[in-house]
Amino acid sequence: MSRTPAMRHYRTRTIWLALLYALTLCSAVYCFKHQLVSGPVAWIVGTLPALAIIGVFVAIGRYLVEEQDEYLRMLMVRQTLWASGFALSAATLWGFLEAFDLVGHIEPFYVAVLWFGGLGLGRCANRLFGADAAL
Amino acid sequence: MINRLKVLRAERGWSQGDLAERLEVSRQSVNAIETGRYDPSLPLAFRIAELFALPIEAIFVSPSKGDAA
Repeated sequence: MSRTPAMRHYRTRTIWLALLYALTLCSAVYCFKHQLVSGPVAWIVGTLPALAIIGVFVAIGRYLVEEQDEYLRMLMVRQTLWASGFALSAATLWGFLEAFDLVGHIEPFYVAVLWFGGLGLGRCANRLFGADAAL
Repeated sequence: MINRLKVLRAERGWSQGDLAERLEVSRQSVNAIETGRYDPSLPLAFRIAELFALPIEAIFVSPSKGDAA
């Protein structure tokens, strides 16, 4: 993908958010494992890793707003549609199977992991189905 | 959408990168438009037409009119 100013900003933001996620997740796991937090502080510590992930969604939104190249913007929109379709479909399927006691429970935050995986799927789809072929 | 962008670009001796720079878009955009994999928005189509000093219909072929020959 091209190195437009919007893409550079997006990459910088996601790198910082990934670092923030790793830091807040490790801290939260340590704090809860050693029972260092309770009450409102526990809620805050438990929320921080989620905020970093939400930040990535915001970063993608900002990229779509800032990107001046309409073709590259369209490619990202397609990627996010693939990601949403993939993650929601997988979550729906798993939810029904879980409701009928056919599979075990999975924490809902894995939907975000699936969504990020779906972004990769969307990129492959862009290349395979024409929008970004032969680049 | 069928178009004459590649021919017009070649007539001027421009690379895809040169055209992209003049249009202030990525080289991928130029490639996608030239190969008909992406239809530009009306504002971008006007920018292309103005760059080549041609009417839009001299560059892009209406889908209802078929081949660009």
